[in-house]
Amino acid sequence: MSLLNYFKKSKPNTAQLAKERLQILVAHERTQRNQPSYLPELQKELMAVIKKYVQVNQDDISINYESDDEQETLELNIVLPDNV
Amino acid sequence: MARIIVVTSGKGGVGKTTTSAAIAMGLAKKGHKTAVIDFDVGLRNLDLILGCERRVVYDFVNVINGEATLNQALIKDKRCDKLFVLPASQTRDKDALTVEGVGKVLKELKKTFKYIVCDSPAGIERGAHLAMYFADDAFVVTNPEVSSVRDSDRMLGILSSKSQRAEKSETPIKEYLLLTRYNPARVKLGEMLSVDDVQDILSLHLLGVIPESQAVLNASNSGTPVILDEASDAGQSYSDIVDRYLGEDKPHRFIDEEKKGLFGRLFRS
Ligand SMILES: Nc1ncnc2c1ncn2[C@@H]1O[C@H](COP(=O)(O)OP(=O)(O)OP(=O)(O)O)[C@@H](O)[C@H]1O
Ligand SMILES: [Mg+2]
Repeated sequence: MSLLNYFKKSKPNTAQLAKERLQILVAHERTQRNQPSYLPELQKELMAVIKKYVQVNQDDISINYESDDEQETLELNIVLPDNV
Repeated sequence: MARIIVVTSGKGGVGKTTTSAAIAMGLAKKGHKTAVIDFDVGLRNLDLILGCERRVVYDFVNVINGEATLNQALIKDKRCDKLFVLPASQTRDKDALTVEGVGKVLKELKKTFKYIVCDSPAGIERGAHLAMYFADDAFVVTNPEVSSVRDSDRMLGILSSKSQRAEKSETPIKEYLLLTRYNPARVKLGEMLSVDDVQDILSLHLLGVIPESQAVLNASNSGTPVILDEASDAGQSYSDIVDRYLGEDKPHRFIDEEKKGLFGRLFRS
């Protein structure tokens, strides 16, 4: 083992860390930017409608948009409170 | 057919102007009539890098506003008679460039030029948008560093959705990666993203890697595009990039550390 390797061992590989962080971030931002622009408005209106019937918070509703070559899917997830 | 190349990045200070000057000079030296346009309204700098700052009389905005003809505003390079520079305006009016105005100027340039290189300002605002809007090819200048890679990806999204080609559903802009300020020694130590890392993330066609080089500062000090420093690593790298862009098959250089002397060998892993 050379002198250099000795020092190398003590340092974390920050490039690897950078790559992993970027891969996650870029994948996330790519799906975000392909989302239809009406999504935030839709989310707000849905929220208003649901609130008429059940007591939920903003965090309890999530909308996921995904698309591939074949289809676009809109997934609506509502976490209902325990006492319903 | 003329081709419009945008040199873009999103992030500032990564080497767009250095690259624009180098490749425009490179294309011109290959015998292609080339115009290079500074889109950085208010922050004109391409003229300095090309060493023609004292010959600026009219600028891009003067031409758009009809205050000067294109021929009056274009500055012919003293070293290469195929290269012409259209300087940016120093106005503080950010709305000085319009889609119609830019479109009109580019259309006229296309009649007589083979390549039109657009040096984009940083950011994703008006200037950057107009610089890429009419492009056929995009040179995405990226540094091996997290924020630059992220911004490049952001720019790729804009190129594929906000350009004229995207709006008219034509063949998309051809995108190329230019990885610059690369330091093979730091890559080897695991301190810097490698070419492969960046390509894994961006999935772009690699046009070339430009090393971090002292030649770049020397070149800008003297107003000489670094590609004219034929002995320098950065100069050679930009020459390769021009050749590859023109269809030549050249192996990539400057990706690995140069051979070391005795001292280096002692420390080699
Ligand atoms: N390969 C390189 N090696 C060393 N220094 C470089 C290299 N490329 C660019 N630089 C330096 O980086 C700085 C920024 O370069 P440049 O002006 O070309 O960037 P830019 O992307 O046009 O910036 P802006 O976003 O402000 O327009 C300059 O000081 C330049 O000398
Ligand atoms: Mg610049």
